[in-house]
Amino acid sequence: MSIIDQRAADLVDEFGMFDDWMDRYQYVIDLGKELEPIDESFRSDDYRIHGCQSQVWLQPGENESSVHFKADSDAQITKGLIAILLRVVNDAPAMEVASTDLAFLDQLELKEHLSPTRKNGLDAMIKQIRLYAGAMAARSAQ
Amino acid sequence: MSTIATSPDTLSTPDLESVRAEFPALLTEVHGKPVAYFDNAATAQKPQAVLDRMERYYRSENANVHRGVHTMSQLATDAYEGARETMASFLGAAETREIVFTRGTTEAVNLVAASFGKDFGPGDEIILSEMEHHSNIVPWQLLSQRTGVRLRIVPVTDDGELDIEEFRILLSDRTRLVALVHVSNSLGTINPVRQIIADAHGMSVPVLLDGAQATPHASVNVQDLDVDFYCLSSHKMFGPTGVGVLYGKAEHLEGMSPWQGGGDMIERVDFAGTTFNEIPHKFEAGTPHIAGVIGMAAAADYLENLGWDWIGQQEQDLLDYGTKLLSAIPGLRIVGTAPKKAAVISFLMGNAHPYDVGTVLDRMGIAVRTGHHCTQPLMKRYGIPGTVRASFAFYNTREEIDRLAEGLERAAGMLS
Repeated sequence: MSIIDQRAADLVDEFGMFDDWMDRYQYVIDLGKELEPIDESFRSDDYRIHGCQSQVWLQPGENESSVHFKADSDAQITKGLIAILLRVVNDAPAMEVASTDLAFLDQLELKEHLSPTRKNGLDAMIKQIRLYAGAMAARSAQ
Repeated sequence: MSTIATSPDTLSTPDLESVRAEFPALLTEVHGKPVAYFDNAATAQKPQAVLDRMERYYRSENANVHRGVHTMSQLATDAYEGARETMASFLGAAETREIVFTRGTTEAVNLVAASFGKDFGPGDEIILSEMEHHSNIVPWQLLSQRTGVRLRIVPVTDDGELDIEEFRILLSDRTRLVALVHVSNSLGTINPVRQIIADAHGMSVPVLLDGAQATPHASVNVQDLDVDFYCLSSHKMFGPTGVGVLYGKAEHLEGMSPWQGGGDMIERVDFAGTTFNEIPHKFEAGTPHIAGVIGMAAAADYLENLGWDWIGQQEQDLLDYGTKLLSAIPGLRIVGTAPKKAAVISFLMGNAHPYDVGTVLDRMGIAVRTGHHCTQPLMKRYGIPGTVRASFAFYNTREEIDRLAEGLERAAGMLS
């Protein structure tokens, strides 16, 4: 099992403890509160992913052949979802991140938030993460 | 559908339960609960009468209009032109030919900008306001880029009213048009359009009103207002999407050139030169949204049969009840507190992001709009990213507003 799949399975287990949506969303919000803060210099238009409903700032980073992102949002639920995504992809091999389909979000019953029509910036953030990871993997393969 | 609704005072007071039963979409369940639909300012639900009328058209009358000698084409044309009579009566127009069918308010504004505005130039000015929907801003910006006409913006006060003194200062002999929203979609403010029109006409300046949020809530009479152009969208007034009306005084429409070319808008086509049809047809190029136009007229009939007095009372009750209940929630701040408001409550809850509040409410089966409501300049004026907006229609209930208040308290707990 890949690192990403293992982490996703852990999250699915964690979310399995909740039997109603309020507890599930409360947990998402709480995870957002523990998100590693981005460096202030990245809280700028250059690193902003413009959503119609909420906004996301994404700070890319890397460690040898692994990616390490920091991110933030002005909306708490969006921020919680960022925390979940980053918990899965951070410090995983760039190659794996570039090709993940993040299907586990379906099992968390949170996938609706990643729809591009939701306009909360998350869909674009995932695209951006995959692009960074893909570029990184290509560089390290050279 | 050319018949005009009977006078409302001949009808008995509608009862809310049976009115609700006429809107099938209100039975939709969201996350296991019947939807409390508070996004009426975005689009309203459709009564069975509208759905039936459109289905009848497609089932038994479908043919192209203004073209055939055959009976079905005549039936369709009668229904389509009958709908024009209905909409002329609905708006109190002097003549049926003053009603141009469009795709909606947005297209109506674009039509006036492209045609009436085409001779504006540098040194000319158009007056808009800070509370306009993007659809009454961007067409004028595009016109400004093409012609050099300058846009002047009436500011909005803290409680969400137009600054009328500032409007009077902006109004000058350079003003070629005043284009304002009748009822604000974000704030609910009902603007003093009668006074604005009188002031503008005092300077011989014509006035266009964006009536998208006005026609679902109250009777509008264009002759009484003496407005020059009036725009509406069918889908906001319980009719189908994709269709609307541009009302224009005949004297203006006559002098305007067509803005789109195609079938139906011509009198004769020749490569040496084409002559155009009469108004309103010269503005309706191509096969129109026939079923939509007929459905819109059915919606207008429906509203008039329901009666504006009852609609007004019902919505005022919902607005008063909702304002009272929501104001009592700690940390909740209503944005837009003008004394004269349509049934719209826009608000912020403490520091909670509108997206979070809207997401939690959705989980509870409550549909609200969140965001900037296509009025970014207005949000900028208030220094906020957006609001949560609950917009009511006559079919909403106090019980649904109770659910909203309860949902907001729960959201406040989760998002603190």
